[in-house]
Amino acid sequence: MGIYGQLIWAYIKIGIFGFGGGYAMLSLVEKAVVTPGWISETMFTDIVAISQMTPGPIGINSATYIGYVAPGSVDPLLQGVWWGILGSVLATLAVVIPSFVLVLNTSHFIRKHNESGVIKAIFSGLRPVVVGLIASAAIMLMNAANFNPQGVGWQLAINIAISVIAFCLVFFPIPFRGKKVKLHPIFVIILAGIAGFLIYGLPKL
Amino acid sequence: MAASGRKIYWELFATFFKIGAFTFGGGWAMISIIEREIVDKHQWIERNDFLDLLAVSQALPGILAVNIATSTGDKIRGVWGSIVAAAGTIMPSFLLILLIAIFLTPDIIKNNVVISSIFMGIRPAVVALIVAPVITSAKAAKLTLKTFWIPVVVAAMISLDFGWPSNPILYIVLGAAGGLLWWKLRNKTKETS
Repeated sequence: MGIYGQLIWAYIKIGIFGFGGGYAMLSLVEKAVVTPGWISETMFTDIVAISQMTPGPIGINSATYIGYVAPGSVDPLLQGVWWGILGSVLATLAVVIPSFVLVLNTSHFIRKHNESGVIKAIFSGLRPVVVGLIASAAIMLMNAANFNPQGVGWQLAINIAISVIAFCLVFFPIPFRGKKVKLHPIFVIILAGIAGFLIYGLPKL
Repeated sequence: MAASGRKIYWELFATFFKIGAFTFGGGWAMISIIEREIVDKHQWIERNDFLDLLAVSQALPGILAVNIATSTGDKIRGVWGSIVAAAGTIMPSFLLILLIAIFLTPDIIKNNVVISSIFMGIRPAVVALIVAPVITSAKAAKLTLKTFWIPVVVAAMISLDFGWPSNPILYIVLGAAGGLLWWKLRNKTKETS
């Protein structure tokens, strides 16, 4: 099996067994790509850092990056840009397609039996659980890496302030030209990025 | 406000492209953006249906963001809708990472003061963006005094990280089973009374 076959197989497995979101998936990815020597352990850590700094799901980011790097690192003949792009496309499709098919079939099954009491009962039990799932995602991200990466007191205070202001901006309607509007979350992310640059970046330039 | 014909596919793609481009910090972080775009702005689906989609997306394996896009696209416009939505979600990060892989090394980005400072500001805001949908979804789920403990226990168990008892899948299975059991019991009491 060539490197492309191995890449596809590795990412199909990651796509099928990757339960529980990006970070839970990372250990699977690590095992699949560091053990065969496609990339080094430090490079893997760098890829995780890049995935956190760029938008998009970590599963996709790592598939795209590793799919690009792996062919060239295994076979010197495959070091060109186009070989890398081919690897990116294949690995990204491989990680997406299994769950895509599964989700589609499940949604169709549910829609078909939409009016059945059983399906309604199941979802009535699931809704409170989903509220808890979202809450747990928020709680788990309230950590030092997000709020105090350098262990400095004033930065912690500022980051908490950014978080509270961001919450107020998306949650509470603001009067604007006689109407009450809620700010779009994307706009709030951009504002937070500008604040980060002004507070942490500008003084260092 | 459903657009007709081909226009809706374009709108779906553009909406999920936007969602993919601003999803920092994992699938849950995109919920407030999806909720705003799909439930509030386009009104493609209702908030309760959105919660059901989230349950299905989380219960199945794969990348949460893509699963949410797939089930939402399917709900709005069937198989083609789901392909368009999933492609839209994947495209921004695929293109960006590809450009990084071709032109930059990881070190250049990690050590860039401007980029890393921007992200120091974005990360705490993203956490706030996940807190907001906790409240809106709690309202949509119509939690009562009888059911309020469920999300509290689920959130505590998962975030305290006890190993397998903290696996989200466990609570999805329990929630489904609990809903079923409650329904069966209620039917029985109705029959006997």
